[in-house]
Amino acid sequence: MSTSPRVDYQTHPAQYRHWKLSFDGAIATLAADFDENAGLAPGYKLKLNSYDLGVDIELNDAVNRIRFEHPEVRTVVVTSAKDKVFCSGANIFMLGVSSHAWKVNFCKFTNETRNGLEDASKHSGLKFVAAVNGACAGGGYELALACDEILLVDDRSSAVSLPEVPLLGVLPGTGGLTRVTDKRHVRHDLADIFCTTSEGVRGQRAKDWRLVDDIARPAVFAQKVRERALALAAGSDRPGGPGVALTPLARRIEADALVYSHVRVDIDRARRTATFSVSAPPGGQPQDAAAVLAAGAAWYPLAMARELDDAILSMRTNELDIGTWILKTTGDVDAVLAMDATLAAHRDHWFVRETIGFLRRTFARLDVSSRSLFAFVEPGSCFAGTFLELALACDRSYQLCLPETPERAPAIAVSEANFGSYPMVTGQTRLERRFYAEAAPLAAVRAAIGRRLDGAAALALGLVTSAPDDIDWADEVRIAVEERVAMSPDALTGMEANLRFNGPENMFTRVFGRLTAWQNWIFQRPNAVGDKGALKVYGKGEKAAFDWNRV
Amino acid sequence: MSAINYSEKIPNNVNLAEDRTLQRALEQWQPNYLQWWNDVGPDGSQNFDVYLRTAVSVDPQGWAQFAHVKMPDYRWGIFLNPAEKDRKIHFGDHKGEDAWQDVPGEHRANLRRIIVTQGDTEPASVEQQRHLGLTCPSQYDLRNLFQVNVEEGRHLWAMVYLLHKYFGRDGREEGEALLERRSGDQDNPRILQAFNEKTPDWLSFFMFTYFTDRDGKYQLCALAESAFDPLARTTKFMLTEEAHHMFVGESGISRVIQRTCQMMNELKTDDPAKLRAAGVIDLPTIQRYLNFHFSVTIDLFGADQSSNAATFYSSGLKGRFEEGKRSDDHVLKGQTYRILEVQGGRLVEKDAPMLNALNEVLRDDYITDSRGGVERWNKVIEKAGIPFRLKVPHKAFHRNIGTLSGVKVSPEGEVVSDHEWNARVEEWLPTDTDRAYVGSLMGRVTAPGKFANWIAPPVMGINRQPVDFEYVRFN
Repeated sequence: MSTSPRVDYQTHPAQYRHWKLSFDGAIATLAADFDENAGLAPGYKLKLNSYDLGVDIELNDAVNRIRFEHPEVRTVVVTSAKDKVFCSGANIFMLGVSSHAWKVNFCKFTNETRNGLEDASKHSGLKFVAAVNGACAGGGYELALACDEILLVDDRSSAVSLPEVPLLGVLPGTGGLTRVTDKRHVRHDLADIFCTTSEGVRGQRAKDWRLVDDIARPAVFAQKVRERALALAAGSDRPGGPGVALTPLARRIEADALVYSHVRVDIDRARRTATFSVSAPPGGQPQDAAAVLAAGAAWYPLAMARELDDAILSMRTNELDIGTWILKTTGDVDAVLAMDATLAAHRDHWFVRETIGFLRRTFARLDVSSRSLFAFVEPGSCFAGTFLELALACDRSYQLCLPETPERAPAIAVSEANFGSYPMVTGQTRLERRFYAEAAPLAAVRAAIGRRLDGAAALALGLVTSAPDDIDWADEVRIAVEERVAMSPDALTGMEANLRFNGPENMFTRVFGRLTAWQNWIFQRPNAVGDKGALKVYGKGEKAAFDWNRV
Repeated sequence: MSAINYSEKIPNNVNLAEDRTLQRALEQWQPNYLQWWNDVGPDGSQNFDVYLRTAVSVDPQGWAQFAHVKMPDYRWGIFLNPAEKDRKIHFGDHKGEDAWQDVPGEHRANLRRIIVTQGDTEPASVEQQRHLGLTCPSQYDLRNLFQVNVEEGRHLWAMVYLLHKYFGRDGREEGEALLERRSGDQDNPRILQAFNEKTPDWLSFFMFTYFTDRDGKYQLCALAESAFDPLARTTKFMLTEEAHHMFVGESGISRVIQRTCQMMNELKTDDPAKLRAAGVIDLPTIQRYLNFHFSVTIDLFGADQSSNAATFYSSGLKGRFEEGKRSDDHVLKGQTYRILEVQGGRLVEKDAPMLNALNEVLRDDYITDSRGGVERWNKVIEKAGIPFRLKVPHKAFHRNIGTLSGVKVSPEGEVVSDHEWNARVEEWLPTDTDRAYVGSLMGRVTAPGKFANWIAPPVMGINRQPVDFEYVRFN
């Protein structure tokens, strides 16, 4: 997207154009009031609370701020500040003018943000109520589906709907179809009617069909929402007390680099690779909970996670042709393991729990990034515990062996963190993914906790792909990268996703997988994006002209 | 295993003494290579002192040093032609860019395949020829056989050098596999079928070195154009040695013909039966051997339309014969080449995309070159005053690869019925009787200056030594 303006995922409530964030004790309210003139790119207006990537960037930021800055919040009410309309979904004109790559990346981030709501509900005791106080269509309903409960105003006109198929010739593919079935268990034939009825379903029928949890007349709607929010809050263990301000990231954007305090990304445009370097915590890290909380956003694990998260998002959106990411770490293995010990010791503290969650979601972004991921374990590296997740997330990992100077050879190390702190969206740890949850190899790896594993040991345990010695290293890794970058990026994306998600399927994998397989196919088809495609002619008073052949 | 004295034991111009990558690879490989030589190298010859040419450097004085050596002690070396400064890629999509000094990852798999396929033919031919020493027609010829054998061994070294130096662990594994495959082994054969056939007698050996080693020459010439500079340089040097192998073949056949013609004139007959009774190989039998070896060899160039050929050329891996002397655009997109196919019972020419037809281009270059030697053989016959001409068969004759595979075509290029083919195949290809007869001639002549009855002595010896020089000391 070198011709497009750089997309920045960092924002702050003071800069929001689309969401109004307010707090009332245990309840926070996120009110959609999208500024139709503040689309991220020119060419469309965000009318009727329709959204683009910029709206989702704010939503993602808002949820993170509630997590960290407002530990007193137990329920988030997602609603609209506009009259008669809750949210009308992704802006169709934006989709019409966007490249395929842009649409795919946008939908992926949208999925991640929505999954984040469910992740918060499951792991952080942060509940979400969708207070649907007006028309709720397409992506708007998908957002509601990601909440714990959906309350629909019963005003004889407000409906929930998924009009993508009848109106736009595409799918409610960003979790819509999947959550209607997997999460809400709407009977498939009723779902068929719902998904082909552009005006949607309202009132009692919406409740009967399980499309919403409850309905309420306008006069009592606010009261009902509050009741449900408080009821959900009662089940939460969020503690209150002072929060941690998410201060702006220390970040320098250079022509060919992103430089943060603990993370840097160096882009080699000629080779179409980027090297992510993550440095270990410096000395003198706080160890007790109070000191950790006092460190706040500067606490190393959170700072590193935010930086890495921003780097991943930035590289995904802004550097499309940098197809291979090389992950490296620098620093002291012991320092990383000490960090893991602190994280483990205070894992029930709300701030530590949120930080582990941030790391978990950040690593999960790697799993769905359409880039080839290679880890290089070189001298001075520290792929240990939490940092080892980076290597385990990669498609391949190479560890240097130094048979003649073993004392200088880089070592990796396993910690308890690798056995449950950072599950993939499948629910499996990356070690379980790696070994197909087979008991014997996992037990062997667990038995290696506390050891430093050189290339030979890591290779024997199956923790790295290849362990070339110093004679072979340079050519081996150079050729591996050169060979990789020469292959079809589409085929690689498909292959990598297949291999990374090799184990159990769940709602999250289906959301990503179906988006990739079905929606991204439809997004390429003339029936959607040809000159007379439904997405292209929408709103122009023209009728879509379909090729009637079923494929 | 003791450390190797690299500069002494392995003559080289690749700075082996300083190169840990190569040293480590060779420490493992070299003993296995010697084991391979002892196991399947020339049968029963390990203790002979053989008057061999050894390359100790690439300059004119160094590349042909003669001395008596035991073959297991032969100094197999690693030589690249001197680097051409700032060499550019001169064909294909990368034309004009700097030649590659390392393997580009993008082309790793194809380059490895090319090198392994070429490398595999080298030990294969040693294996095919390993029993020939037991039936040599003279010391001179025995020495030539061994020279060919050790140089095929060195050519294996040359390819293994590339694998070891540029392909990492993969390359080392391929280097080992080159020693593990065996010509004619059902379970672990050599890669190309022609190299799994037996070389049962010396007539076959001479035909093989004339025709099949010439295929090697053309493949090496095409690789000598490669954008991968180390491959280009190593194959260029191999070509200097390959020339001797073709000389062995051409002069060998020439001497067989000379002896036959001499006997024809003595007996005043062209009756094969009478000539066979006199212990020489009649000219029609030589023609049938020629037909066989020529047709089997031109199959080695591959299918007449090949996507690999196009890929290898466009990506710069393999050029054409004398690419640099050609005056076209060296990219060849949109150009065409005439290839043969059968239509309505006749061979017809049709246009195929040039890039896909590059195997055919190389095959045709080869055929032109092959004809030259055959004409020189005809001069021997002519000089003896005998009205007989050897002919290179039509290129559609007896083919087993590409469009012409299995099509029944006479040596003159007429498409024939199965019936006619079966009726006449014994005129065209060696019969069991022919092979049995030629086999029956294969005694062992080892006294200096003595030659088997079926072959004439050479005009001169090796390295200006007399013909009756003791080329091999049997000890």
